[in-house]
Amino acid sequence: MSLLSFLDRDHSVAPAGYSRWRVPPAALAIHLSIGQAYAFSVFNLPLSTLIGIDHAAPDDWKLTTIGWIFSVAIVFLGLSAFTFGRWLEAAGPRKAMFASACCFAGGFLVGAVGVQLHAIALVYLGYGVLGGIGLGLGYIAPVSTLIKWFPDRPGMATGLAIMGFGGGAMIGSPLAVALMAHFKSATSMGVVETFVAMGALYFAFMMFGVFTVRLPAPGWTPPGPAAASVKPTARDVHVDRALSTPQFWLLWAVLCLNVTAGIGVLGQASPMIQEMFPGRIGAGAAAGFVGLLSLANMGGRFLWSSLSDFLGRKRTYAVYFALGAALYAAVPTAGRLGSVALFVAFYVVIMSMYGGGFATIPAYLRDLFGVMHVGAIHGRLLTAWSVAGVAGPVLVNYLREYQIGRGVPKTGAYAMTMYIMAGLLVIGFVANARVRPVDPAHHWRGTDV
Amino acid sequence: MSESRSTEALKLALAWLFVLIPAAWGVAQVIVKSAALFAR
Repeated sequence: MSLLSFLDRDHSVAPAGYSRWRVPPAALAIHLSIGQAYAFSVFNLPLSTLIGIDHAAPDDWKLTTIGWIFSVAIVFLGLSAFTFGRWLEAAGPRKAMFASACCFAGGFLVGAVGVQLHAIALVYLGYGVLGGIGLGLGYIAPVSTLIKWFPDRPGMATGLAIMGFGGGAMIGSPLAVALMAHFKSATSMGVVETFVAMGALYFAFMMFGVFTVRLPAPGWTPPGPAAASVKPTARDVHVDRALSTPQFWLLWAVLCLNVTAGIGVLGQASPMIQEMFPGRIGAGAAAGFVGLLSLANMGGRFLWSSLSDFLGRKRTYAVYFALGAALYAAVPTAGRLGSVALFVAFYVVIMSMYGGGFATIPAYLRDLFGVMHVGAIHGRLLTAWSVAGVAGPVLVNYLREYQIGRGVPKTGAYAMTMYIMAGLLVIGFVANARVRPVDPAHHWRGTDV
Repeated sequence: MSESRSTEALKLALAWLFVLIPAAWGVAQVIVKSAALFAR
């Protein structure tokens, strides 16, 4: 069998006796790899001293220039998920995951050439554009497959994969640091060699997912008692039709508001805790706080999403928004009381729900639009993430600068930001409350659209 | 039949080990770093 036909959807159908529990490791192999993107900032300083080595030379790239590499990658994540979601449903997960591995690893290799030639455009094109396309394909392909394998526990299954995306930075960051330390010399920062090594390593790791993943045979049902707990799904809705339903746009708002509230604070976590508790929390402890938030973000993806299988998706999001708003509003009080433990505890719960919001959305889509095009619909919904990824940090940074510019003390400036984040979550609560089952007129009948 | 079941179980165990080992290594790195938050 040639490689190309091996990747075909028809050749991806599971044989009899295949355990569905082999699909989550396949999904994790992809998500743990592409989650490396969240750790790209470890390259920022080395990339800013490629010429000067121990200092930034005049021709070295500025940090603002380097910052665009990650931004381009996230924008192309959203664009590729939007564009290729429908192709994924037709081509099958194996081909999509293979394309993702080629793009993601290829992005590292093209980026390495760009770093070697000191051509920033090539790094944008490599890690940003090519790598970003790999991120988008790799994000939605495993999720769509898991939903088909776990109709009894869709929240748990997708939470497991998306937890991998949150955890990818925990591997990618120390791995990059260790590789750069290994390859660094008196004349090189070791970034080129690290990019090549990471490209090769991640390609091999992702190929494990490509070889392992399978689709369930038509008409397959979960074995044993699990079959009895399969939740009835909504009738299928075509991806193009889904965009004309109010439910799609309400969920778009739900995701966008949940992410906006969380992402801006994540980026500010280190300076925020140091400025809220001056003299008590130093840079080392603040880095520990950021690490703890990453763990909460990762764990929340699995725990909250699994809980949604029992609570229901709408109730779970109601908890995210109501509890999140209350905690954001309470954070300034924890600061005034001088309680580091309370402050950390509030943020751990907030970040767990931020991660939970990402992980629960595919199962919510499946509940409303059925499984037929859930990957493609998920891909289009991820544009909310791209918008929030820009809006969240800009909102938090702008508000903080505006407040400080008006003479508000730094601790007070953070308090105002927290109240505004709480307000965003209240709007999200209202949007979620308005979600109703899709009008049957939108259900797919096999011929329309 | 039992042999194919045991082969499937072995493949399943290896698949989970393959992804959980690097994941556990990454989580351990973060936990070590997080300890600084509560160190006095």
